[in-house]
Amino acid sequence: MSARQNILRRLREAPQGPLPLPPDVGAFHAAQAAGTAASTRHSRIELFCEKMAFWHGEVVRVTRANWPQTLRELCAAKGVRSLLYGEQSAHAAALAAAGITGLKPYDRPVDEWKKELFEDTDAGLTSTRGGIAETGTLIVWPDVAEPRLLSLVPPIHFALLDADQLYDSFLDALREQRWSEGMPTNALLVSGPSKTADIQVTLAYGAHGPKELVVLLLVNEEELV
Amino acid sequence: MNAQPMKFVPASEFKQRAAVAVADQHLRKSFRGAMDFLITKRAAQFPDAAALESQRLLAEHIRKYSLARLPELLEQLERKLTDNGVKVHWAETAEEACAIIIGIAQSHSTKLMVKGKSMVSEEVELNHAMADVGIDALESDMGEYIVQLDGEKPSHIIMPAIHKTKEQISRLFADKVPGARYTDSVDELIGIGRAVLREKFMSAEVGMSGVNFAVAETGTLCLVENEGNGRMCTTVPNVHIAITGIEKVVEKLEHVPPLFGLLTRSATGQAITTYLNMISGPRRPGEKDGPRELHLVLVDNGRTQAYADQQLRSTLQCIRCGACMNHCPVYTRIGGHAYGTTYPGPIGEIISPHMLGLAATHVLPTASSLCGACGEVCPVRIPIPELLVRLREEAQHDARPGHAPLLGQGAAKSRLVDAVWAGWAALYTRPALYRAFGWLATRLRVLTPPFQGGWTVSRTPMKPAARTLHERMAARKSRWQ
Amino acid sequence: MDQAGSRHYPDKPTKVYLFGTCLIDLFCPDAGIDAVQLLEREGIEVHFPADQTCCGQPAHSSGFPEQARAVALAQLRLFPEPWPVIVPSGSCAGTMRHHYPEMFADDPQLHAEVSALAERVFELSEFLVHVARVELSDRGAPTRVALHTSCAARREMGTLEHGRSLLAQLAAVEVVMHEHESECCGFGGTFSLKHPAISSAMAGDKVDALRETGARSFVSADCGCMLSLNHTLQKRGDDFQGQHLASFLWQRTNDGGEPR
Repeated sequence: MSARQNILRRLREAPQGPLPLPPDVGAFHAAQAAGTAASTRHSRIELFCEKMAFWHGEVVRVTRANWPQTLRELCAAKGVRSLLYGEQSAHAAALAAAGITGLKPYDRPVDEWKKELFEDTDAGLTSTRGGIAETGTLIVWPDVAEPRLLSLVPPIHFALLDADQLYDSFLDALREQRWSEGMPTNALLVSGPSKTADIQVTLAYGAHGPKELVVLLLVNEEELV
Repeated sequence: MNAQPMKFVPASEFKQRAAVAVADQHLRKSFRGAMDFLITKRAAQFPDAAALESQRLLAEHIRKYSLARLPELLEQLERKLTDNGVKVHWAETAEEACAIIIGIAQSHSTKLMVKGKSMVSEEVELNHAMADVGIDALESDMGEYIVQLDGEKPSHIIMPAIHKTKEQISRLFADKVPGARYTDSVDELIGIGRAVLREKFMSAEVGMSGVNFAVAETGTLCLVENEGNGRMCTTVPNVHIAITGIEKVVEKLEHVPPLFGLLTRSATGQAITTYLNMISGPRRPGEKDGPRELHLVLVDNGRTQAYADQQLRSTLQCIRCGACMNHCPVYTRIGGHAYGTTYPGPIGEIISPHMLGLAATHVLPTASSLCGACGEVCPVRIPIPELLVRLREEAQHDARPGHAPLLGQGAAKSRLVDAVWAGWAALYTRPALYRAFGWLATRLRVLTPPFQGGWTVSRTPMKPAARTLHERMAARKSRWQ
Repeated sequence: MDQAGSRHYPDKPTKVYLFGTCLIDLFCPDAGIDAVQLLEREGIEVHFPADQTCCGQPAHSSGFPEQARAVALAQLRLFPEPWPVIVPSGSCAGTMRHHYPEMFADDPQLHAEVSALAERVFELSEFLVHVARVELSDRGAPTRVALHTSCAARREMGTLEHGRSLLAQLAAVEVVMHEHESECCGFGGTFSLKHPAISSAMAGDKVDALRETGARSFVSADCGCMLSLNHTLQKRGDDFQGQHLASFLWQRTNDGGEPR
């Protein structure tokens, strides 16, 4: 008998009480939300910014027209000499047009240039699939165009987030985006820069991943302030 | 287990270690401070008691439902993961789990494996097993890295190095890390760890992680962390091996948010951690990073024993938040090392007997005043005090009729103790005898022994009153009625 | 568990039973007598079945369920009338109210019987607040006390609120809160005998915390906690002592006329 068979046999032989009903997470969520006012785009933006700031993430409001320019200024201000990005990503052309110096496409398998990635890359830019207002969280799905390490290895992580894609909660996001119909090889929730409190419960940022997280929040002109 | 014997915890050793720990004022102060900090942070996350209660009920429901369907959910998980290109392994024992992982590592001829935090890997003593075959299993969670560097085990499941001060850590780094100088700055200390470990992430062929939730419907492994080392271990090396207990599976993705939300808030008082890393497969064609090979090792190691009993099964609801130990007055006094087991505190007291047997662990369920703080804060409503009482019973008796004996069943059986309780029951079921005993004890109160075992270690002796309440009530009745 | 407000309380009865508990019987009978006096002052007749011994908790929590059941059964039929059963101890009340039904879960008839009894079990302070609805008038000199509530009372009987609300009725008594107020005092029945080092550390921290409030004394509605803390203080040579809540309430409010 294999370990698998033995384990499954022991589990199947165990006495069972009546099977509990399947948990209805959606109904629970709806019941908890009942009586509170539905969120608005404005309230989601405000809440997201507040929570992201709590996690030590920087939120910069930008428009579709000016974000590459703003990113260029941010890079200059932070002394970024090299910005890693996905060359097949939707925003690659806009980046190139903005005249940001030190643009570095993630164009090879990691194995071929680990050292350069780890030691000679100041910042990385990723898109996001959305954000979660309740917790100040980014939803990042790395893919062929934007590999996983873009958001992890460089000391600064810039993330483009469309305010249209702000959800109230994690549950809302995964339901509305139908995650259960197909997950990517890697999906991430990111709430602020990497951190640890493992030494004497003292908070320190940049434990292993980025020391800074900068969210470029795409909003309408009138929402800029 | 042949290469690396599991920790054996005879009663006397636990008591000795506990006595040493309570006498260590420095340790007491650091645990008290850290636990108070975590308690306060957790409380701030749950301002509304009624809302918390309904969330706990939902989380308990999800865990009970998942456990009720465990065998089929494990099969579904295996099927989905296999479809996604993940190799699934099953291990009945700690040795089997280690052998599987060593086999994978050796097939890649690696000498270095980087590890994200995994309590199951601690539970199976993986690092020692790897060391025995010449593979360096390096912990990369900051706290785990620190305790490993000092040759210790974690003293808390969420905050492994909570027993150490920054000065101790700084001296440790200065001693053991080439080029590190003594510093007072936590940021600098973290910087030292970061630099050392980034080198290792780059060079390791194999990375390892635990799993917080395994989702059957999509074949997704969820990892909860703040530091990013888990992401490093599961992304940079060519091979990723995940290890988890068989109980961690849930049916649906939408079961994750409620459990995840309670986990982080109960554990560290955070509304969410920096990362939730959801992994559903190895690198696909065209992807430029991520492991080329992904394995999941499903570990039993005593869990099916707990599963076989409907009351003990609730032990497996645990999502490893550590709130029970943060709130435990015993854990706060003695710290994690005194327990001698991988899982300390209340959860350790109820789960270790299934992993290590009651012969080695029967003292642990007695190390509780049954104050109930653990059960009160448990986010999945495990009735920990009831389980402690149950395990006390199993340690001192043969198995209940119709129940299979537990590993080490009856290990604490003692004729003397049996006789004491038989005598106790004889006295308290015979009212006349009981009253006579009370009469005599009050008359002989001057003969009260000055030493009364454990009681008089720090207390004056208990001395009967001049007259029992029985006598005084009887006298009252005759006087007034 | 009985959270404040979740239990349905009956009207004030004319007769009750008192279950005195084994600890009070032998070690602090004054607390039992004071409980009786508090009840009688409310016009309630107190019956004390002479055959009562112990609720069975020590064996139950030590892993000897058979002996616990035997002792529990010996109490079961001592309270035949449908009167409330008043228990001046949170942990014994918790055992009778919550653990009796679990202990006899396998026997439908006994389960029904213990459940019916459990329904009538009230911890003393709970009864005074919610059923007798006492109105206390303080006759003592101004003082300051700390309140230690046993874990069983707090978590199984919701007694914290009751103790606080009774003390709040005493005009000249200032109740002060100690650090780690909700934490266990380290008694835990046989725990204090089996793990003296840990138990002592817990008791030591508790008396330090009570001491640091600057209170004159402390009160507790559980004899076990009170004895553990008082004997710890005595060993230290400290004259700071605790009193059972029933005794404290009685001494603050009686007009001195009634003999014990």
